Amino acid sequence: MHFTINGQSHEVEPDIRTSLLDLLREHVGLTGSKKGCDHGQCGACTVLINGRRVNSCLTLAVMHQDDDITTIEGLGTPDNLSPMQAAFVKHDGYQCGYCTPGQICSAMGMLDEVKKGWGSHVSKDLTNPELTDEEISERMSGNICRCSAYPNIVDAIREVAGADA
Amino acid sequence: MSNSTNLTMDKPTPTSLLDTGAQGLIGEPLQRTEGPLKVSGNATYAAEYALEKVAYGVLVGSDFTLGKITKVDAESVKSLPGVIDVVTDFDSFARNPQQGGETKAPTQGVEDVAYRGEIVAIVVAESFEAARDAAHRVVVEHDAPKAEGRYDFETQRHKTDKPADDQIPAHFSQGDLAGAMAEAPHVLDVTYTTPSQNSAAMEPHATTAHWDEDGILNIYGAYQMPSSDKQQLAKALGVSASKVRIIARYIGGGFGSKLGIAPEAVAAAIAARQLGRPVKCVMARSQVFEATVRRSNTEQRMRLGADAQGKLTAIGHDSLVSNLDGEDFFEPCGMATHFLYAAENREINHDMVRLDWLLAGSMRAPGEAVGQLALECAMDELAEAIGIDPIELRHINEPDCDPETQVPFSSRQLTRCLDEGARKFGWDKRAAPGTTRDGEWLVGLGVAAAARGNMLQKSAAKVTINVLGKATVETDMTDIGTGTYTILGQIAGELLGIPLEDVEVKLGDTNSPPGAGSGGSWGAGSSGSSVYLACENLREQIAEKMGVAAEGLTLKDGHAIGDNRRVSLSELVGDRGLSAEGAIAPGKQEKDTRQSSYGAHFAEVGVNTTTGEVRVRRMLGVFAAGRILNEKTARSQCLGGMTFGIGAALTEDLIHDPRNGKLVNRDLAEYHVPVNADVPQLDVVFLEERDVHANPLHAKGIGELGISGAGAAIANAVYNACGVRVRDFPITLDKILDGLPAM
Repeated sequence: MHFTINGQSHEVEPDIRTSLLDLLREHVGLTGSKKGCDHGQCGACTVLINGRRVNSCLTLAVMHQDDDITTIEGLGTPDNLSPMQAAFVKHDGYQCGYCTPGQICSAMGMLDEVKKGWGSHVSKDLTNPELTDEEISERMSGNICRCSAYPNIVDAIREVAGADA
Repeated sequence: MSNSTNLTMDKPTPTSLLDTGAQGLIGEPLQRTEGPLKVSGNATYAAEYALEKVAYGVLVGSDFTLGKITKVDAESVKSLPGVIDVVTDFDSFARNPQQGGETKAPTQGVEDVAYRGEIVAIVVAESFEAARDAAHRVVVEHDAPKAEGRYDFETQRHKTDKPADDQIPAHFSQGDLAGAMAEAPHVLDVTYTTPSQNSAAMEPHATTAHWDEDGILNIYGAYQMPSSDKQQLAKALGVSASKVRIIARYIGGGFGSKLGIAPEAVAAAIAARQLGRPVKCVMARSQVFEATVRRSNTEQRMRLGADAQGKLTAIGHDSLVSNLDGEDFFEPCGMATHFLYAAENREINHDMVRLDWLLAGSMRAPGEAVGQLALECAMDELAEAIGIDPIELRHINEPDCDPETQVPFSSRQLTRCLDEGARKFGWDKRAAPGTTRDGEWLVGLGVAAAARGNMLQKSAAKVTINVLGKATVETDMTDIGTGTYTILGQIAGELLGIPLEDVEVKLGDTNSPPGAGSGGSWGAGSSGSSVYLACENLREQIAEKMGVAAEGLTLKDGHAIGDNRRVSLSELVGDRGLSAEGAIAPGKQEKDTRQSSYGAHFAEVGVNTTTGEVRVRRMLGVFAAGRILNEKTARSQCLGGMTFGIGAALTEDLIHDPRNGKLVNRDLAEYHVPVNADVPQLDVVFLEERDVHANPLHAKGIGELGISGAGAAIANAVYNACGVRVRDFPITLDKILDGLPAM
């Protein structure tokens, strides 16, 4: 099968039982995406598939022939961080770091959803939501951080979104 | 000159070199040095080492609660494609994890299953998928249990034993509590209950075990205390500790759950030895819940007696806690009750109810986290009964020394924390219960004190300066998200006058000097002191090379300055470089002073008038914990603790089925830890403080201070909002609804 992962072509023949997360971690060697629960409950495995955020533990690798997959490693490197990664460092939007790749991928997908005008449970205007702190918190609630860097995560995302606007 | 400096804290350390350093690193809100690795997915956790020929291990937990295993049906799954073997060792497998800091093996022996989910076998296969499939298919046959299961706390609560004394005595009595209660004009006698809780660190327990050609067991493990974990594991396997190396460079959270060796490490090590190849084993999330460690449920009877002015004459804190047979750990609910408030007549007791539930052990702030839910809510109730402000009640009962031992407090700013917080939070706006409304919400304010005992542990570190003038810090201390990488770099950089980017900190490898490990909020104080002492030694060596007295030496920006000369460290240390070891140990100061960090929590909540739902609207924590080494990482520790407090107050409830001992909610969808939307922007304020009795850094613990009392402030705010006092945590809406005012 063929996957495009972080812009690179990969030919892998996964077991039909292999989740996309396990494909990345165990077969491609990209361990940045984390396994926290393997049940779609924690968000640590969040990656971007064709630009949309997805819990990679909840989707089988064989469903993604030719898909364009972006993991945390594809967003930036330690020496060349993306603006979102740099904002997480600046605002201390993490502690142990285990949920962090998922938080950052999720944040990227989330900002795109807001840009497209997708509403949420807390949106005052369902077709043209404004990115308030409440919106950020609501939309990031699929990503658990047990260290509880939530206020700092909101600070980081707000800063990046503001710079983008 | 000896190149090691040791210090036992028998005396105060009136001066600290951190106050005279010239590099300007200490206290600053500096970014985590390992941050770029973490945010780019390049920090390597236990299951992420690419070892050649690694096999995948998946654990098999018992699907029954009690009984003797008669057969593990391995043959039926061994023929499945990819399966290598089913490994079990009834004698050696760990029944449950070990507690933190112990040097003995965890309780071993899994043939007689002691609780549901106990790890009884490991299936090893060429792929994770094959191992998981086979593990699900393994049938474990067993006899009927010999005795009836003890699954229900309610039916067992009258059968107690007195646990062995631990961090605090199980029982304590001073004066005449009953007499004082009988005479007091104001008395409170209420019982609070808290459920079992789970640390729920984001990284599941994981071990990659590899026996190398020299017979050394290399463990890449998610462990908080590698020095003692190494000894525990060696004993469990019957090998010398010198044959075990634990590597734990990054740990995806611990909160107590990864203090002691857990079943997956023992199983992976045995399987790897048997199969002659590395085995990687990650617990499934359900196994983390079922087979690691919980915080004990508690039932806490609080008795307070006060005179007409509110001065306490009696404090009683009787706790019932639970654990497995044969396990000594008791949740020390009364830990801070020993010293938080003055009162002549005191009883602080802990009794154990034996249950066939998984192990109870340390979770963030063992004792204080749940003990202060009870004590600090009881203080709120007493203030209400007397008709005085709860902050005033705490002022009235502020002791001037330890109320039991009469030793002085090493430092204590509880009342300042309360007063400062009251001012910042707008405490004067607090109205009578149930009288403030904002649309469909009843709004209330609550306050609680925070206290977390300060501890020092033995810890050692080595610091080296190389020919380039760069420093390296080595210790097997860990960073579980606490900021250790950064603060140890700051301490070394400050004392050696080396920019932070030129200090490399190497943690989590038992080949390095043994560190304190991460637990009990002692990490920064203990491991930081060992680095401090090593650097103090290096400063003396540098002074000698400069030909000046150490006191006359200034180190800054990679240069030594003294005697009107400025020489680069690179030149001074030469090709051979310089190195030193530092070691700290607790001493008489522990007994000569009462050491604790203090704080005050303020919470504003809304209670929905229709549904009873509680939302935290804002929180403030004011803390005094000695010197703050890094304002950014310290603040984050407090945010995390306060959020644990939100969980304890409102959502976290690990439910044991009373009929069969099964965990009802063994995943993150059913065990509710706070998510982003549950947590408002929280405020944290630190008061300036130095504690010369704690350690040479003058810093006290902070990792658990934020949780201590936080949930009580929320519970007290709920009462202030709607007039309903819930004493059975967590405060879910079903417990509030009946008491809400009529619509």
